[in-house]
Formats: sequence, C-alpha cells, structure tokens
Amino acid sequence: MIVAVASGKGGTGKTSLAVNLAISIENAQLLDCDVEEPNAHLLLNPKITRQEPVYRLVPSVNEELCDYCGKCAAFCQYNAILTVPGKILFFPELCHGCGGCILTCPKKAISEGRSRIGIIKEGFTDGLRIIFGELEVGEPMASLLVREVKRRIDKSRNVILDAPPGTSCPVIETVKGSDFCILVTEPTPFGLHDLKIIVKVLEDMKIPHGVVVNRAGIGDKKVYEYCKGKGIPILLEIPYQRRIAELYSRGVPFSLEMPEWTDKFQKLFEDVKELVGN
Amino acid sequence: MKQITILSGKGGTGKTTITAAFAVLAREAVVADCDVDAPDLHMLLHPEILETREFRGSKMAVINESKCIKCGICREKCRFDAITQDLTVDPFSCEGCGVCAIVCPVNAVTLTERISGYAYISKIKYGFMAHALLNPGESNSGKLVTVVRQNAKLLAEREKAGLVIIDGPPGIGCPVIASVTGVDAGLVVTEPTMSGIHDLERAIQLLRHFNVRPFVCVNMYDINEDNTNKISRFCKENSVEVIGKIPFNPVVTEAMVNGKSVMEYSPKCDVAKDIATMWDRLCRELSLR
Repeated sequence: MIVAVASGKGGTGKTSLAVNLAISIENAQLLDCDVEEPNAHLLLNPKITRQEPVYRLVPSVNEELCDYCGKCAAFCQYNAILTVPGKILFFPELCHGCGGCILTCPKKAISEGRSRIGIIKEGFTDGLRIIFGELEVGEPMASLLVREVKRRIDKSRNVILDAPPGTSCPVIETVKGSDFCILVTEPTPFGLHDLKIIVKVLEDMKIPHGVVVNRAGIGDKKVYEYCKGKGIPILLEIPYQRRIAELYSRGVPFSLEMPEWTDKFQKLFEDVKELVGN
Repeated sequence: MKQITILSGKGGTGKTTITAAFAVLAREAVVADCDVDAPDLHMLLHPEILETREFRGSKMAVINESKCIKCGICREKCRFDAITQDLTVDPFSCEGCGVCAIVCPVNAVTLTERISGYAYISKIKYGFMAHALLNPGESNSGKLVTVVRQNAKLLAEREKAGLVIIDGPPGIGCPVIASVTGVDAGLVVTEPTMSGIHDLERAIQLLRHFNVRPFVCVNMYDINEDNTNKISRFCKENSVEVIGKIPFNPVVTEAMVNGKSVMEYSPKCDVAKDIATMWDRLCRELSLR
C-alpha cells in the first residue's frame, strides 16, 4: 500500500506525522518527496548506503549546423529558446526537458546534454528504509526529482510518501498513484483554507483521503465542521503540547519519547488500510 | 522602488504573519502574495478586488478520437508519462509541451489553452495588493508568480509606492525562484528547529545564488533557545544579519482566527513590538525612509 502525507499549508506537521507513522509500523519504506526542503532524515539520522546524482536532459545547440530558422523557438511552449538572426539563446531554467526542439530542428543541430538537478540518498534506521531527494539550489524543476525518488518505491513494503507543501506540480507528482492520502492540517483559518484546496485536488484525482488534526486545541472548530460536512474522516488528533514541539525542535520523533503514541500511529495505519479496503 | 521578499524554505514558519504585519506598518506599500497555490494573506488583509484577469499559464494536449489510429507514438515520445495505456491524456501529468502533437502521424492531437487560475489587483486598507489563485492541481505556478509580481510593480509605479512587499511560497523551487529574482532583499523567516535550520541554510544559498541580500528573522525563538543560538552563530559565520527575533505567543493564532494582522489585533503585545522593531531596522538597512 502507498500512503501519501500532504497538507496544502506548510508547517502543519507532515514530516513529523510521516516519520512517526513510518517508525511505528512494520516493514515501512519512507520516501521524502519534499526535494526542495527534505527534512525527514533530520528526525531519523539514517545510515546512508547509497547516493545517486540525478540529471535532466537539456538541449545543446551545434551552432555550425544551426541556420537560425527559429522552428525550435516557435515550438517551445516554455519560451526556453530565443532565436534572432545569427543568434540562438537558450534559457535552461525554463526548459522542461520535453525534447520537442530536437524533433522540430530540420538541420539536426540540437542534441541533448545533461544537467545535474540533485541527488537521491538511500539509507536506513533500524528496519526502516528511507529515501530522499535533494534538489540543487537554483534548480527550478522539482517535479522531475520527485519522479526519480518515486521510481525507488518498493511495493512489497508499506510505503509512506512525505509530500511538499502546496498544491502545485511537485505535490501532484507525489500523490499521483497513491492508494490513500493523509492530510495533516492545523485547526486555524490558514490550515482550513489550504486543506480545502488540496481536498479539491484529491477529489479530482480520485484519491481517497482522511485528515489528521495537528496542534489540536489551538485556533477554532471550523476544520472539524468542514470535515463533517464533506464526510472526510478525522483519523487522529495530535494535541498542541509543548513537549511535542520541543522534541520536534531537537529533531526527535515524539513517539520515541512518548511510547503511548506508537499504538495510536499503528491504529491510524490500520484504519487507513481498512478505508482502502485491503 | 524597492522590493523585499519574505521567504522561509520550510513552510509554516510565519511568513504570512510577518508580511501582513509589514503591510500594516508600511502603510502605503504594495503587497504581493506570491504563494499562488496556497495563498493565505487575503485572510488577514481582506483585499477588495478591483480587477480580475484570467491566467492561461499552460496548455494541454487533446486527442481527437475519431482521427486517432491508436499507433501509440505519442505515448512513446511523451516524457511526462501523460498519455495513458488506452491513449488518453492524463491532465495531471500533461505539461502542455506539444511533442505529442508534432509526432502524431495523422494530426489527431492539438494543444488547447486552459484557464489555470486568476490574477487579482485589489485595494487594501494599507495600500494595494496583487494576488492570484492557481486552480487546484495546476502546474506553472512560477509563471503566475511572475504575473503577480508584474502587477505589483505596475501598481507601485501607478500609485507612486516606494515599496513592494512580497509574501513568498515555501521551498526553493520554481515559484520561489520567481519570487526572489531581482528583489532588493530577502527576509528568511525561520524557527529554531532542526528542520528550520536546515531549510534556512538552503534558503540563504538560494538568495546568494540570485544575488539577493539576505536577512534572517527567528520566529518563536524561545521554543528552543539553544537552536536559536545555533542560528545566530551560523548567520554570523556567513555574514547574514539576524534582523529580528519574535517570541512564541498564542495571540498570533488568535489574531488569525479573527482575520486580523497581529499589529491590529494586539498592537501592544510582545510579538507586535518585536515585529515593529525588526521593521524599523529593515527600513534603515534598505534606506526606506
């Protein structure tokens, strides 16, 4: 089973939940898909056993063959190529790597080189397998690295995907193909507003989902009213406790120091399994 | 005109709280909410929309089934796995590149524009606001961020505002890059947690990469003072100024529940005072007054 953990709003406790869940259950594989700011490993200190750089393909132009006809520039939907008489300019930060320019060039002047976009690290802590990507600073195309991280999914395990915040491309890339999505929110107007957006995305993608309310007790009751109205199950509440916040700040998954939570995370996983119908 | 972006790397550290507070303190600035896929600033600043524009950021492939001969070449050439096994387009994967359209031997594929969101120009109590809403699940948020920034710039020129305050998205990817390029300063809001520190380092690297002058604000500094000291040391070693430290106070959440900036809700509380001090320092550093 593949379970994604997402939120809409940032900083609601996705990583904390994903990590505590992964260490509470058997045979888990945790993939941190927040490649812009991967944090799960900070809570787990895994022994890294493998590192692999990831590249994306970027066109390079052989100016001896190019006659500046402009067909590639006209084709490129991302405005990554500009041709003026006697000159061709390429903006790699806008390139999505679709390869269309190569197909359109009548002179076969464009070939593909590669540019490093980040690195994928694999390791383990006790029985838990962890995989995470680190996007190179200044590199915009996070989704591609997410896709590479997800290629390492081991379906024989209980797979937990930690998604980035927001609802745009890298989030979609993460949750795509999941059996279930756990949405971590906080009971505040910001938490609710962004929860509604990600729920809409999951409805469109037909991915079953449920909510975990983190920092329960702060804010107001509107998240609960919304979930009730939509029929979205509230899977767990984690109260606002200074101890939990302090443990997180030191990089300690709180269920290690507060073992009563291990049972709750196991139950959460069983409930998700039941909802998925396994 | 000066531009300053509030960013963080890690989400939920208090970017929007601080941006809204700055908007109140600045009085006649233009505020831009560049977190276009999860915008929250409007819940504190209550913009009155003056102008709405459709944003057509991306295209999508459409296969004409009556023409399609099921050869599967489009599926083979698509690098985004956006053509399904039964040769339909998966809208969540399609990046609108158009490769499928040029490789189709029978011209069965066309690209259609889709409305991916809306950009707004609005009036707020403290000046003007440029903001947007990306349709749920849409791609190309970086492009919409660029539209919001252009709108903010035009507004600032028209209204003769000397400052644009930009609320950035979390992370360091495409929409964040679009939010920081060409600004005068980046204020990284962090928190004293292991994650906060890690993400702060990457956010500062990003600002340096794009030649933007960095400043740091430690929010909720008192939840772990050891980590706050670590942040101060790190900043000192890297010649970045810690321009403000804000204590943890539940009043921030209370203000949010009441739809107000903390400066309006509780102007005398410690959080409001410390944000005001930080604002004064920032104004001096950037010669804003």
